[in-house]
Amino acid sequence: MTVRVGGGQGFYGDTPSAVESLLDAGVDYLCLEALAELTLAILQKDRQRDETRGFTRDLPLYLDAALPALAEGRTKVITNAGGINPTAATRAAIDAARANGVSGLKVATVLGDDLMTRLDEIRGHGAALEHLDSGESFDTFPGEPLFAAAYLGARPIVEALELGADVVITGRVADAALFLAPLVFEHGWAWDDWDRLAAGTLVGHLLECSGQVAGGNFSGEWWTIPEPWNLPYPIAEVEPDGSAVITKPPTSGGRIDFDTVRHQLLYEVHDPAAYAAPDVVADFTSATFADLGGDRVSVTDVRGNAATASYKALLAHRAGWAGEARVAFSWPDALAKAEATAAIFSERVERAGLAVDEWRFEYWGVNALAGPTVPATDHEPPEVVARVAWRCDDQLTAGLVARELVPLSLSAPPAGFTGMGRGGGRPTELLGIWPTLVDKAVVDSHVTVTVEEM
Amino acid sequence: MTRLPLRELCGYRSGDKADIANVAIFADDDATYELIVREVTADRVRAHFGDMVKGDVRRYEARNVRALNFVMQGALGGGASRSLRADALGKTLGGALVRLEIDVPDELVRHRPRPDVTWAREILSSRR
Repeated sequence: MTVRVGGGQGFYGDTPSAVESLLDAGVDYLCLEALAELTLAILQKDRQRDETRGFTRDLPLYLDAALPALAEGRTKVITNAGGINPTAATRAAIDAARANGVSGLKVATVLGDDLMTRLDEIRGHGAALEHLDSGESFDTFPGEPLFAAAYLGARPIVEALELGADVVITGRVADAALFLAPLVFEHGWAWDDWDRLAAGTLVGHLLECSGQVAGGNFSGEWWTIPEPWNLPYPIAEVEPDGSAVITKPPTSGGRIDFDTVRHQLLYEVHDPAAYAAPDVVADFTSATFADLGGDRVSVTDVRGNAATASYKALLAHRAGWAGEARVAFSWPDALAKAEATAAIFSERVERAGLAVDEWRFEYWGVNALAGPTVPATDHEPPEVVARVAWRCDDQLTAGLVARELVPLSLSAPPAGFTGMGRGGGRPTELLGIWPTLVDKAVVDSHVTVTVEEM
Repeated sequence: MTRLPLRELCGYRSGDKADIANVAIFADDDATYELIVREVTADRVRAHFGDMVKGDVRRYEARNVRALNFVMQGALGGGASRSLRADALGKTLGGALVRLEIDVPDELVRHRPRPDVTWAREILSSRR
């Protein structure tokens, strides 16, 4: 039996408009991946303002699109849209069903990824919680954590499906695990069948960024992608042996071929021979890809190794406040004017006694994005935008810094001075991310799956 | 031998994990892949990015898709939620990498096609 899974969302803010064609094409499972690292920080700020928030609030829009198919039993929905408040997301899902006049479905809520209230206990169990990348001791963690979430795997989702859930809502479940779970459930894969778990993880990784495997963010001949305003979302047809075909609905937009697929294979991957997912360590370099034509690429021979004993977790801490301002300059001498204005601005700020912990000076149109990889040249750019960003300890100071830009309207270097954002926008809070590892047993003992009518 | 930027030979994609960026480059044929395996070392990539990348650069090979993957520590000004950079997510670092120039044997010299966006200009000129 072939299982068809669709990737209906790639991040919080993605468009539900391509979901309908996925459902028309027919997917047994619609997986909605809503959480990037940055998203948890956004949701944390959201929950700080309102305790009933902390989930990705576009979930009801996705459910509006999926509920007709859900009600007819044509698909099931699996999503990590719960963010740092899955219980609230489930309430929103129930409301969406009610508003659409749909009843009789089962919704499952997966809890237990949130480690916030358990950090002392977890450290008591011997977890060092040291920084995964830098190795810094947790003793140096700046201030109090704002959130702490482990990347759970596919197991609780499989449990929810076994309990008959039509909709599964989780918090921080690893992206690819959302897709692996229905494959484990439908194909009955064992939790130590590393090659099949790796195959399902690879498939999930290819699908988790929605349009990005179908011609989005594509560095090949991107301008030849059909109807890029109508980019489709991907489908995987997965066989019991783990082999799969990556494809798309038969609409007129987008493209899936060997090149678009391999671009996505390495997206945000470190060691491709050891992609450490919660349920398996997948070897992406073992896979064989074949371009079958007609927007179909097969994936076979994926190998995997035993999962590690720990989950990755993310903690966050406050990291000050940022402000930014942009000023545009025209020819002649646009870059020189931009540099002079950035210098004058920062000098005014320093002389005003405002404490700036970090400055960032960028020259858009010159080297703002690529920095030192851009060779120095005599070429004189016709226009340059100076972007200055700064970090301060507190919101008030970050706002006061912005004000020092305003007088430059009359007192800066000449020609085409266009204040953009008039003294900059409002300061935004910065959060530092602290990736770490947590023993699986300590987390798993608190993972719960609750099913209710929706 | 001809000196060419990698943009003539390779596709690219980049992204972020905390303050780590990865950039993958993709060759279109086996001979070009062997060339970039030889020429595009982690040390050269490290030097290319200069003070934009604060930490180590490691290179991984994915021969099955003719790709090299460079993992760069301390590459995003502290990571997306903390960085002051306009491109805090590292999406443009792939483009920055393929500016790197290497020596290419004559038989492998190629120039990837340049974009034809006539369709976009037609759309734009129809807008009022």
